Amino acid sequence: MTTRTLAVVSGGLSNPSSTRLLADRLTAATVGALRSRGDDTTVEVVELRAHARDLADNLVTGFPNEALRTAVDTVTGADGLIAVTPIFSASYSGLFKTFFDVLDKDALAGKPVLLGATAGTARHSLALEHAVRPLFSYLRAVTVPTAVFAAPEDWAGGGGVDRALADRIDRAAGELADVVTGRPATARPADPFADPETSFEELLRGTGA
Amino acid sequence: MQFGIFTVSDITPDPTTGRTPTEAERIKAVLTIAQKAEEVGLDVFALGEHHNPPFFSSSPTTTLGHIAAKTSTLQLSTSTTLITTNDPVKIAEDYAMLQHLADGRVDLMMGRGNTGPVYPWFGKDIRDGIELAVENYALLRRLWREDVVNWEGKFRTPLQGFTSTPRPLDGVPPFVWHGSIRSPQIAEQAAYYGDGFFHNHIFWPPEHTQKMVEFYRRRYEHYGHGSADQAIVGLGGQVFMRRNSQDAVEEVRPYFDNAPVYGHGPSLEEFSTQTPLTVGSPEQVIERTLGFRHYAGDYQRQLFLIDHAGLPLKTVLEQLDLLGEEVVPVLRKEFDALKPAHVPDAPTHASLVATAGGAKDSTVHAPADDVTGQAR
Repeated sequence: MTTRTLAVVSGGLSNPSSTRLLADRLTAATVGALRSRGDDTTVEVVELRAHARDLADNLVTGFPNEALRTAVDTVTGADGLIAVTPIFSASYSGLFKTFFDVLDKDALAGKPVLLGATAGTARHSLALEHAVRPLFSYLRAVTVPTAVFAAPEDWAGGGGVDRALADRIDRAAGELADVVTGRPATARPADPFADPETSFEELLRGTGA
Repeated sequence: MQFGIFTVSDITPDPTTGRTPTEAERIKAVLTIAQKAEEVGLDVFALGEHHNPPFFSSSPTTTLGHIAAKTSTLQLSTSTTLITTNDPVKIAEDYAMLQHLADGRVDLMMGRGNTGPVYPWFGKDIRDGIELAVENYALLRRLWREDVVNWEGKFRTPLQGFTSTPRPLDGVPPFVWHGSIRSPQIAEQAAYYGDGFFHNHIFWPPEHTQKMVEFYRRRYEHYGHGSADQAIVGLGGQVFMRRNSQDAVEEVRPYFDNAPVYGHGPSLEEFSTQTPLTVGSPEQVIERTLGFRHYAGDYQRQLFLIDHAGLPLKTVLEQLDLLGEEVVPVLRKEFDALKPAHVPDAPTHASLVATAGGAKDSTVHAPADDVTGQAR
C-alpha cells in the first residue's frame, strides 16, 4: 500500500475558523477517497496564522526562518495540497497570497491541488475561479476542476454540512485522489544541490539552460 | 587565513541623527576605512560595485587604485564585480591595470548583481544573468591568458585580433572568486575553473551557506582541482562589537532596525539567531566566527561587513580597532592551528607566480605606430 502525503494550507484567522473547518472536511474526504483507492495518507496541516510574522519577515529578509521553512517544505514536498483561504475584498487573503509568494516559482509545478474558500456571503463564491485558481495556474499547479466554496448557510445542514456542500466536498476529494493516485509516489522537489544535469561545458557552449 | 572587510558603499542616513553623509564624505570615509584596515593588521579590503543611488562605487578600480597607492600590504578585492553587465574586455583591462599599480595585490570577486534595472541600463536582460556570467567570464579568462584573442559569443560584439592591455602583471592573471547567495550554477562555475567561491553569509541562514559551500567543494573535487577540503572558500559576516556586549546591542539596534536590507523585519535578536550576524563582545565574535568552520570547513578568507546602514565613520574605525587588536589575532592563531597542512591558503600574486614557475614579462610588442597605434 502506498502512503501519500497530503499538505493542508489553511488561511483562516479566527479560532475556531470556518476556513479550517472546510479544510478539515476536504482533508477527511480526501483521505477517505485515497483509502478507497488503496492508498494511506499522512496529513500535515499548515495554519498560516501561526506564520503571519514569519511571512512578513520573509518578505523583508528574502529568506524563510526555520519555522516557515518547515511549513514550506511540508507543502512543496507533499503528494497533494489542499489550499483554503478566506475571501477578503473579493480575493484570497493577503496572508494566503504571501505564503504562495515566498515559494520558489517552480515549487508547485505539477502539484495536485484542491482549492477551497470561505466567506461571509455566497456572493463571494466565484472569487475561487477568478482569483484563486489563476494564482495556482500561474504556479503551474494541477488544480482539480471542483473548487469548494462554503458560505455560512452551507454549515447548516444535517451533520453540520449542507447536502450540496457535502456533495461538492466529496466530488472535489475524489478528483484530488484521482490525480494523486495517478502519479508516482512523491516526486520530491528537485534538489538544487544535486550534481547538475547540464554540464558546465554545455553551459559554456550556450547549449545548456 | 586572510581576514578583512568588505563594503557595499551605501550612503545611508544615520538613524540616530537623521543625517545622511554626502557622497564626498562617504567616499573619503571609505578611503580612511581601507587604510585603517591595513594599519590594524587586516589582510583584505573588498569594495562593491553599484550603478545607482544610494551607492557611490560605480568605479571600483579608481577607488582601489587610490587605496593601492596609500597602502603597502593590503590585498584589494571586489564585492562584487558585475560580470553580467560590465564588458568583460573592460574588466580585463581595468583590473590588469590595477594589478600593475598595486604590485599584484589584487583579486576579484565576480557577482551577477541583484539590482534589476542595472541590466537594461547596460543593455542586458536580467533573465540572461547566468548565461551572461558564464560567457563573459569565459571571455575574461581568455583575455588575460591569451595575447591575441579571436572571439565570438552571444552577448558581446565579436573580437578579431584583440590584445587586452596591459597584460597581467608577471604574466599571471589575478585570482578570481565567484560570489553567489543562491545559485548553485555559480558555485559550479567556480568549481569548474578551480577558482574561489565566496558566500555572502549575511542575508541567509548558515544552513544555506553550508549547502552552497558543500556543493562547491564537491564539484571542485569532481573537476580534479584537488580534494573537496582543498577548495578555496571565502565567507562574509556581519559583526558589531563593544567590550560590554549589552552596550553593543543597544548601540547598534537603531541601525539594525532601520537597515535598508533587513530593517523593519525580524528583531536584532531573531536575525542574530537566524543568520551569522553577531552583536556583542569581541569574545563573542571570536567564538561565533570560529564556529563557521564547523559547517564551511577550513576556509581561506573571512570578510566582515562593518560600515553600512549609516554607522558613523568614528564608530567604524573603533570596530576596526577591536577587530585588529582583539579579534583577528586570536582568530588567526586558532584557525591556523586547526587547519590541516594539506589545506592551502588563498592564492596571492606571489603564490600564483610561484605556481607559474616564476614571473615573466608578458608585454605584447605589437608592430604598431607609436602615436596613433595604427598597425603598419
